[in-house]
Amino acid sequence: MSEYKPKIVALVCNWCTYTAADLAGTSRLSYPAEIRMIRLMCTGMIDQKYILKAFLDGADGVFIGGCHPGDCHYIDGNIKAEKRIGGTRNLLSQFGFEPDRLALQWIGASEGPEFQHNMTAFVERITALGPSQVADRMIL
Amino acid sequence: MSDQTKPRIGVYVCHCGMNIAPKVNVEDVAAHAGTLAHVVVARDYKFMCSNPGQDMIINDIKSLGLNRVVVASCSPRMHEKTFRNAVKSAGLNPYYFQMANVREQVSWVTHDSMDATEKAKALTAAAVSRVFFHQPLSTREVPVIKSMLVVGGGIAGMQSALTCANAGYQVYLVEREPSIGGHMAKFDKTFPTLDCAACIMTPKMVDVLQHPNITLHTYSEVEKVEGFIGNFQVTVKKKPRYVDMEKCTGCGTCMEKCPSKKISSEFNEGLSFRTAIFTPFPQAVPNVPVIDAVNCIVLGKNKKCGACAKFCETKAIDFEQKPEFLTLDVGAIIAATGFQAVNPTHLEPYGYGRFPEVYTSLEFERLNNATGPTSGKMVMKNGQIPERVAIVHCVGSRDVRHKKYCSRVCCMYSMKFAHLLREKTGAEVWEFYIDVRSPGKLYEEFYNRVQEEGVRFVRGRVAEITDMTDDPNDKGRLTVVAESTLTRRTVRLPVDMVILSVGLEPAPGAEDLGRLLGVSRDGDGWFTELHAKLAPVSTPMNGIFLAGCCQGPKDIPDTVAQAMGAAGEAIALLSRGMVTTQAEISHIDPDLCIGCKSCIGACAYSAIGFDEARRVAVVNEALCKGCGSCAATCPSSSASVDHFTDRQIMGELERLV
Repeated sequence: MSEYKPKIVALVCNWCTYTAADLAGTSRLSYPAEIRMIRLMCTGMIDQKYILKAFLDGADGVFIGGCHPGDCHYIDGNIKAEKRIGGTRNLLSQFGFEPDRLALQWIGASEGPEFQHNMTAFVERITALGPSQVADRMIL
Repeated sequence: MSDQTKPRIGVYVCHCGMNIAPKVNVEDVAAHAGTLAHVVVARDYKFMCSNPGQDMIINDIKSLGLNRVVVASCSPRMHEKTFRNAVKSAGLNPYYFQMANVREQVSWVTHDSMDATEKAKALTAAAVSRVFFHQPLSTREVPVIKSMLVVGGGIAGMQSALTCANAGYQVYLVEREPSIGGHMAKFDKTFPTLDCAACIMTPKMVDVLQHPNITLHTYSEVEKVEGFIGNFQVTVKKKPRYVDMEKCTGCGTCMEKCPSKKISSEFNEGLSFRTAIFTPFPQAVPNVPVIDAVNCIVLGKNKKCGACAKFCETKAIDFEQKPEFLTLDVGAIIAATGFQAVNPTHLEPYGYGRFPEVYTSLEFERLNNATGPTSGKMVMKNGQIPERVAIVHCVGSRDVRHKKYCSRVCCMYSMKFAHLLREKTGAEVWEFYIDVRSPGKLYEEFYNRVQEEGVRFVRGRVAEITDMTDDPNDKGRLTVVAESTLTRRTVRLPVDMVILSVGLEPAPGAEDLGRLLGVSRDGDGWFTELHAKLAPVSTPMNGIFLAGCCQGPKDIPDTVAQAMGAAGEAIALLSRGMVTTQAEISHIDPDLCIGCKSCIGACAYSAIGFDEARRVAVVNEALCKGCGSCAATCPSSSASVDHFTDRQIMGELERLV
């Protein structure tokens, strides 16, 4: 029986969530292998087109992880990201796709266990949603 | 090597001993990488970061004419610098390099070996795809300002300041209280040697004050931190003392004459009173009082008084003083903001705040101190000497409901109290502990010594402290209720005095300072070091170092050692004299810019200006931090961050889905 394995891209900031992922690794906190991570300096540099590109290329879910509000290494890049990603979620739902395929979470540098929980929960969420239709049906 | 040269990529997959292989089939990953476009060579090796591993890369660059390198190994936070240097030493621009993190993100966190290998292949392919688009970048060397800032004037900050000052560098020491000295100034004896804290502390305080290279700013706080490693601009707020430091002679007449005498003394933990114009303790450095504006009759209540001013012979009192703001230019910053003791009021079963004879350890330190409220007599509130004292360990610590961590100093100071109580009063002392932790030089010996001195040890967490007594003869005493887990019996012990060995938590304000410095805090609020083992005094913010308890609970010997370590790192930076600027900064392509100014609004550092003549936005490279807010905002894709360009990120993305 072949089990459905979602394709998931995580775009995370260097200072908080990437560090949390490293900590999860050092602490051997396992999570599903579907998570494929890209390291950016700040969530504030995440252009909408990266998210759309991921979905159009066949991603079933996109996870964005940044620093808690107030802890951004670049003052408020995370807050700018939050606004922008809210807009991208709206865009997805306007096109008839599930906005829950796109998630934004704050995971601080010391939060290895939180990173593990978030990854596991996000994979479960996307697995329940099933394969995304964005790549086939979204025309931009 | 010219940009036009066709990419020739080398891929190196690391076994990391047994850390990546055998979970990841590294041979398979290398073989897969070898099939990718532009990959000229793909190898696997036991330890890529070792000398032979790096030499393998260097030799391949030279012999095979590689112009791009990918290493699939650990986190770039670990070894990106190592491999960039290797690439650079072979004559290639160090930015023609990309890492795939197949250890922290793959082998250590994936159960299934097949899944792990597939993921490692994908991450490696993504790195290959990204490195294709890499561009050579250059950095600049800028001079380091040869002075430094220490935040916090406890033993950690004082030691850091002295070490740096002795190395010949200008040090600014900022302390928010009216005097330096911190917690150690409150102690009487220090474990395990029973050194007199004042005897070893006060000369250091004077050294700090008199050192020609140290500028002391007490009653001052850090307001703003700008700049970067080697070149910080720090704004410090000097709170109004209402006393002119130049004129004051420290005679103390003002304190004698002040009519507001019933203000709880912070230094004596509320066990005595102070006046509205005060020095926290007689040995304060500097010996210049401050006026507590809230409790002062003139400043707080807006009524007539001015007794201090009337009697001051040098006319040092100045009710009109305003806060002063200083800008300090420094090359390095050491945070040494220490801790605060846990307030046990919320631990209701222990009765702190309800029963007068329940003390915190800091209160007991003052009770035991020659300069304290009882001049060092260990007496109860009624003036009598206690006959039996209970010391409760782990109050607030090692408890999932409060602080999960061990505060590291409580066992030892509890045993110090026991020794001093036996010595000074002959009282019976009972220690209620979970585990006795005495892992320092001469610590275990001290534990043995107090046992031999007749101190009783009961292994069991105290359940309750109550004023309900079992025997009418004990009326007025307290009863400590605990289960002795060694004898498996419930203990109900009548005592005269209880000392709660409270744990340590980060000092108030650590959160604000962390934000100003850009230093993150762990789940318990302590500042996070760069690496738990190999960089314990550095932070992810280059040029900012940690000393003492602000990084986690520690005793005086460890604090002093760490303070010297932080000073050593700061001195290394200052004496190097130059720092390399980051290459990853933003650029705006004037041919694509439409002059909409969105980026100017998005930039948190005011690093983007507008060229009115050309109607385009222009990045000031000296101010840009490379966060990419401008790039994400730009509607014309003219703004981009070097090393994080659209093509590079998209290139990586394509291979991951």
